[in-house]
Amino acid sequence: MSSPRDGGTDWEMVIGLEVHVELHTRTKMFSSAPNNFGDEPNTNITPTCLGLPGSLPVLNERAVELAITMGLALNSEIAPSVFHRKNYFYPDMPKDFQISQYDQPICVGGWLELPQGKRIGIERAHLEEDTGKSTHVGGGGGRIHGSDYSLVDYNRAGVPLLEIVSRPHMNSPDEARAYAEELRAILLATGVSDARMEEGSMRVDANVSVRPAGTDELRTRCEIKNLNSFRSLGRAIAYEAQRHIDLYEHGEEPTQETRHWAEDEGRTHTLRSKEEANDYRYFPEPDLVLLNPSREWVEDLRARLPELPAQRRAALREATGGEAADVAAIVARGLDRLVRGAVAAGADPGRALTHAGHNLSMDGAADLDPAAFAALIGMEKAGDLTATQAKTVLAEMVDTGESPEDIAARLGFEAMDTSALEEMVERAVAANDAAWQKFCAGEDKVQGVFVGFVMKETRGQADGKAVSAILRARREASR
Amino acid sequence: MTAITPEEVEHVAVLARLRLSPEEVAHFTGHLGAILEHAADVEALDLADVPPTSHPVHLENVMRPDRVGPTLDRDEVLAEAPAAQENRFRVPPILGVEP
Repeated sequence: MSSPRDGGTDWEMVIGLEVHVELHTRTKMFSSAPNNFGDEPNTNITPTCLGLPGSLPVLNERAVELAITMGLALNSEIAPSVFHRKNYFYPDMPKDFQISQYDQPICVGGWLELPQGKRIGIERAHLEEDTGKSTHVGGGGGRIHGSDYSLVDYNRAGVPLLEIVSRPHMNSPDEARAYAEELRAILLATGVSDARMEEGSMRVDANVSVRPAGTDELRTRCEIKNLNSFRSLGRAIAYEAQRHIDLYEHGEEPTQETRHWAEDEGRTHTLRSKEEANDYRYFPEPDLVLLNPSREWVEDLRARLPELPAQRRAALREATGGEAADVAAIVARGLDRLVRGAVAAGADPGRALTHAGHNLSMDGAADLDPAAFAALIGMEKAGDLTATQAKTVLAEMVDTGESPEDIAARLGFEAMDTSALEEMVERAVAANDAAWQKFCAGEDKVQGVFVGFVMKETRGQADGKAVSAILRARREASR
Repeated sequence: MTAITPEEVEHVAVLARLRLSPEEVAHFTGHLGAILEHAADVEALDLADVPPTSHPVHLENVMRPDRVGPTLDRDEVLAEAPAAQENRFRVPPILGVEP
């Protein structure tokens, strides 16, 4: 980023993300009410969810397991942790405090590797409970400001959350998006969360500041909320960073505050602050005891970690020698196991990558039998199928589950023997004498006339490369 | 020297949504001050050899299995609420109201 006005300062963005994810449990964090998105309002509630007098929280073991699993996937240390009460008044939180973790979170430190190789530090990840859902009615058209009243559904109150806080290691909207997308891929791979941004089970807030490029200072940051898609995340960061640059270049300073992204306007707005951070009056939750996961438990969960996206990318590169971007795209689409399986079964790695990258975008492609995929690639490499035919057969394989041999036979994709092709080329030349003269004079582009002739004769079955080879050989021989 | 000022008591009262009369502020300034002085007594002890504890009860890892249990009857619950609408709790506007 360069400054438009003072002609001197180059600015660098400094971005950290706070990501809240709802954990994929059957029940809530501290009560046995169901954790289900989209149910009828206020049906998944217990006295604990409503903060009724006498109700007590009891920690959900599965939520802890999922938090540890995510911590291990992010290379965090799993530490003894303590629950605190974070006190504030808001109708979507009926106890008037949120149970969270404060100075002793369950996951400490760690890092995540982006597909392009950069490591983003993880500060911490801590367990807490979600709030209820408010709908603002009247006045401001569904917004908080100016509404006449609000309606509250407590189905979400107490749903287990893991808040994952990155270090301010990202320097562009693209990196922030890549981080959020990688985090989501890890959440899905581990089954920790269904991570649906549109349903709010993954919510991203961005801390944005700028600094003169080449320095390592940390200037005043603003926290941006209401980012409902990866696209909003990128746009909001770009907008906010430019706002800071404009302020600095007018001799002003941004104020540290929380801002709201308005997608339709493409800008951020200041939000009236609820209360200062140090007024939450955190204190240890007396109704919950120390959470101190045993080494055995942690190691058992580590042993059950699936292969993670970064490991899958490394393995696919190792198996195929593919480019980082191609490999990342194939892993993101879940086709890496198919490609690795096919290569292990002897398939040509380059062709396997090409098919996975271009010809397998349909549903069900990942379930293809790697051995059958390898067989298809073998047929293509042997010249029994043209590239176009191979693509058609592949689509049929995904659709019907038949073997590539059977499909090729059914579609009449018989390998055309060379003599049949040569005979057809002779007829093409005889029918296009003027073009042949030009071709012999070195005008290579006219060979399309002959290839087109042969393709028409064979209804597209012929191998264009083979036709081209025959034409060139014939030209050599006629010289 | 007092451990807490009347202004701090008033601030905490605002955060806790408590409306205190001047007499009550004076009363709680004394009360809270006495509690803080007691904490200061403990702080004055040499506890270098005592491991920190986060809870007076020496238990850890109290958890329940992730199994669904009974839930409350919605109509019964909403009948107890000051106001309800569309099966939700109806509450006054959230922002713009001073404590």
